[in-house]
Amino acid sequence: MAKRRFMGTGLPYVDLSEVNGHLLVVEGSDGVGRTTQLSLLRTWLEVQGYGVIETGWTRSALVRESIDLAKAGNALNLLTFNLLYATDFADRLEHEIIPALRSGFVVLADRYVYTAFARALARGTDPEWIRRLYGIAIEPDLVVYLRVDVNTLIHRVLLADSLDHWEAGLDQYPQLDPYESFIKYQSDVIREFDKMSDEYGFTVIDARKKVDEIQRELRAAISATLSQSAGADVVAPTVDE
Amino acid sequence: MARLHEKHTFPGRLIIVEGIDGSGKTTQASLLRQWLVSLGVPVFWTEWNSSALVKSSTKKAKKDNTLTPTTFSLLHVTDFADRLSYKIIPPLQAGMVVIADRYAFTAFARDTARGVHPEWVRSLYDFAIKPDLAVYFKVPIRVSLRRLLSARMKLKFYEAGMDTGLSKDPVECFELFQSRVLDEYDRMSEEFGFHVIDAVQPIEAQQKQFRALVSRELQSYLAPYLAAKEQKTGNESKDSTVRRAGTQNDG
Repeated sequence: MAKRRFMGTGLPYVDLSEVNGHLLVVEGSDGVGRTTQLSLLRTWLEVQGYGVIETGWTRSALVRESIDLAKAGNALNLLTFNLLYATDFADRLEHEIIPALRSGFVVLADRYVYTAFARALARGTDPEWIRRLYGIAIEPDLVVYLRVDVNTLIHRVLLADSLDHWEAGLDQYPQLDPYESFIKYQSDVIREFDKMSDEYGFTVIDARKKVDEIQRELRAAISATLSQSAGADVVAPTVDE
Repeated sequence: MARLHEKHTFPGRLIIVEGIDGSGKTTQASLLRQWLVSLGVPVFWTEWNSSALVKSSTKKAKKDNTLTPTTFSLLHVTDFADRLSYKIIPPLQAGMVVIADRYAFTAFARDTARGVHPEWVRSLYDFAIKPDLAVYFKVPIRVSLRRLLSARMKLKFYEAGMDTGLSKDPVECFELFQSRVLDEYDRMSEEFGFHVIDAVQPIEAQQKQFRALVSRELQSYLAPYLAAKEQKTGNESKDSTVRRAGTQNDG
């Protein structure tokens, strides 16, 4: 298995030699169908005998209240926005992700630091600063990016729910109406994801495809990753065709 | 960004005090404030860890004892960012003197002593404004411990660094943890150009040095206030000029 690494300066007090497991990340904007895909993946992996733990973005108990409070009052400025999300991530990293990896689980991450990067960069944050901030993160074994164009995205989002102030990026484009703002902001986010695809070597899947096609591609990518690290006593999952 | 290393261009001035718990820096900063206010200087006061934004999170986490060195560090930088944007920068823009009781350097010292990467924590605070004057009140652990214990009998959990698990005994833990913090401050003195004041001296002696230092470092800003004062009080300010020349101590 490839050596575990931090993405930057890391956590000096955490010994990575005991942190095995597998960290698999699925990225993509809200509305691309991540949740559906992840729950299918979980079942598939568990059937193969892998222990699976799912982790999301902003679900930690530590700062949820602060984030909700700030969002409700729209009092987040760019700095505190980035920092609160990073705090939330750090809490999950140390209390969920690292312990799970240490116990040998497959951690399925419903978004990871790249979401933070995309959102922050779309808002004009210094790219170097945000990367150093998340230098505490563990480098994933695989990042799959479910990509859709912004027009497909808005149809899906509108069918699912109304436009959210933050997802529509209205903090960025307060002069626009929610629809225009969504298009502009999400285009910015997609552009940042595209840039990162090369830099970090994402596996990109066209999320306009059918659910089962996407799932097949996801499983293929995961099988390849897990078989690279499979020891003699572990069988890499197979993909049913 | 790297604002922490560039001189700011706001009309106001930023004075910050640093030192371990029990160094007496808060006493010194409030005496300085009294003096500045008496000169007619508009002063704004801000303390570490006081923004409403993260208060609930910090309180909860401290109660549950679920903070890691990293989340501890991140909550503080979030608090700092909030205060910087809403409490420190606006008064500087308005031309006031901002006195900050602890600044980013507190995080550099404490968080590094708790085990985060020194480079990482410095990069977090890249957005901070470089102070016009940073004063470090340097005191041996024993002295600060005596001061804290005589004031309130008991050490606070995080102040003693009990979360680090260095020792189960609060006093011993305080000594171990704060001596690490002290080492970090010493290292930073040069890195960030702290003016060091020997905080074992009597309060009034330290304050005399502090005021002399402020008069010198903020000379152009304070000149109109000092001139007005001089007109009013005549001989008194001549005396302070002599004192200033005699007590400079800025390592």
